[in-house]
Amino acid sequence: MFKPFSARAVFNSLLSFGTVLLLWQVTSSFSGWSSQVFPSPTTVFNSMWSLIVNGTLLKHSVASLYRVTVGFYLAALLGIPFGIMLGRMLLMRDMLNPLIQFLRPISPLAWIPLAMLWFGIGDQPAIFLIFLSSFFPLVVATMVAVSSISPVYFQVAANFCFNRTEVVTKIIVPAILPDVITALRLTISIAWLVVVAAEMIAVQSGLGYMILDSRNALRMDYVMVGMITIGIIGVILDLLMRMLGNIESTSWAIRKH
Amino acid sequence: MGHILIQNITKEYVNRRRRPRNGEDNTRDEVLTVLDNVNLEFQDGEMVCILGPSGCGKSTLLRMIAGFDTPSSGQILIDGRQVTAPSADIIFVFQHNGLLPWMTVWENVELGLRNMQDEEEKSAQIQEFINMVELAGFENHYPSQLSGGMQRRAELARALAVNPEMLIMDEPFNGLDFLTHMKMREEVVNMHEFIAKTTLMVTHDIDDALVMGDRIVVMGDRPTQVKLVRKLEMGRPRNLDRDPELAALRDELFFMLGVSYAV
Repeated sequence: MFKPFSARAVFNSLLSFGTVLLLWQVTSSFSGWSSQVFPSPTTVFNSMWSLIVNGTLLKHSVASLYRVTVGFYLAALLGIPFGIMLGRMLLMRDMLNPLIQFLRPISPLAWIPLAMLWFGIGDQPAIFLIFLSSFFPLVVATMVAVSSISPVYFQVAANFCFNRTEVVTKIIVPAILPDVITALRLTISIAWLVVVAAEMIAVQSGLGYMILDSRNALRMDYVMVGMITIGIIGVILDLLMRMLGNIESTSWAIRKH
Repeated sequence: MGHILIQNITKEYVNRRRRPRNGEDNTRDEVLTVLDNVNLEFQDGEMVCILGPSGCGKSTLLRMIAGFDTPSSGQILIDGRQVTAPSADIIFVFQHNGLLPWMTVWENVELGLRNMQDEEEKSAQIQEFINMVELAGFENHYPSQLSGGMQRRAELARALAVNPEMLIMDEPFNGLDFLTHMKMREEVVNMHEFIAKTTLMVTHDIDDALVMGDRIVVMGDRPTQVKLVRKLEMGRPRNLDRDPELAALRDELFFMLGVSYAV
């Protein structure tokens, strides 16, 4: 079972964070670089505090999270059922799998010019890019999970005269849940990576925009505030996803080992 | 219901061969005959034990009787009607664990009763079958939290809850330790005496067959034909050492399966 908050785990992670902070402080004090080029942690935390107080950081974080949430939910809502279909229907898989494998390695960032042309400036192109970045990994992961379900369970279903709905709700969905949750965990971090990149181009808000804007103003401390916030939110998103895996009905795969 | 008639069953698998490029090899695809013209008849309520070397097609035969597989030729009649598809009348207990790992024991047993309208009666019945296999107290455990023997018992409870006309078990004692094996053997015999449904069981343990079976079927090596069908009339419990008839049959079976002396 996953326990992120045991005393030992918290202590150990604080230890490593503390060490990195210390190294950072020492390097910035003795490297001789100006704080415009390599701001010290104290400078960064002061700037962070001022950005928190005047609400800028919250505004940008909410903007980014909104885009990730919408794009990611869309990808999950469409990608998982689509993956189930491909996993169960051999003909569809044969036809569509090569297409998916062809589209998958194209970086979502390569879609930026088209996304801007099609959706203009604003939330939509960013959401579209996030959708693209999460959709294909989710489809592939679900498809693989479905096709690796033991045939014994489908025979049990046939033996007990399950109808189609029951096969989906009582066999397929619970069987793939552990794998799908792992996939969701991996894709949300991809989505979070992509949102920052997308915001550097097409929008006027969000953490990516904040970083780009600060670079133009040569405020490296704000750039670092942006990076730290992205990291913190990324950790929180991952924790939330891992907690999904602790729900009793999905953790059968963990108990199995 | 429960009379089974197996007529001229043959099952073939085609092994597609890779041919050399030059096209000179005109040999046909290799046909693997698993079952060759098998004829059997089982009476209603019998406990039938099927013995045979591994890979001889015992499981294939069971799967065809249950409707999971179709014969290449011949037909299987249950009470005069041909088997076409799986049904809840014939419950299959799988060689490997067939319990759904994401459901508790209770939910697994409930599968066979899920269409019952009366919730109270349904609960009562589920509890009855769980008690019957002595798993009371483990209703909310997941299969992975149970020992091998308990998993088999849970699967048995799930099978019996459907009130099937026939039970088919593919090596149900596989992987159990010796003592659990002995207990499960006794439980299955008692269960069979109690419900008196036709029960087919594949086993590789000759003693299982001698102690449990009303009828013993021995199948030969591929292509498999029936080598022996013997009806056992003696009552239970059976003592293999004291009953000379059983001891003689035991030697005969060992010899037939390729072990010339019983160790």
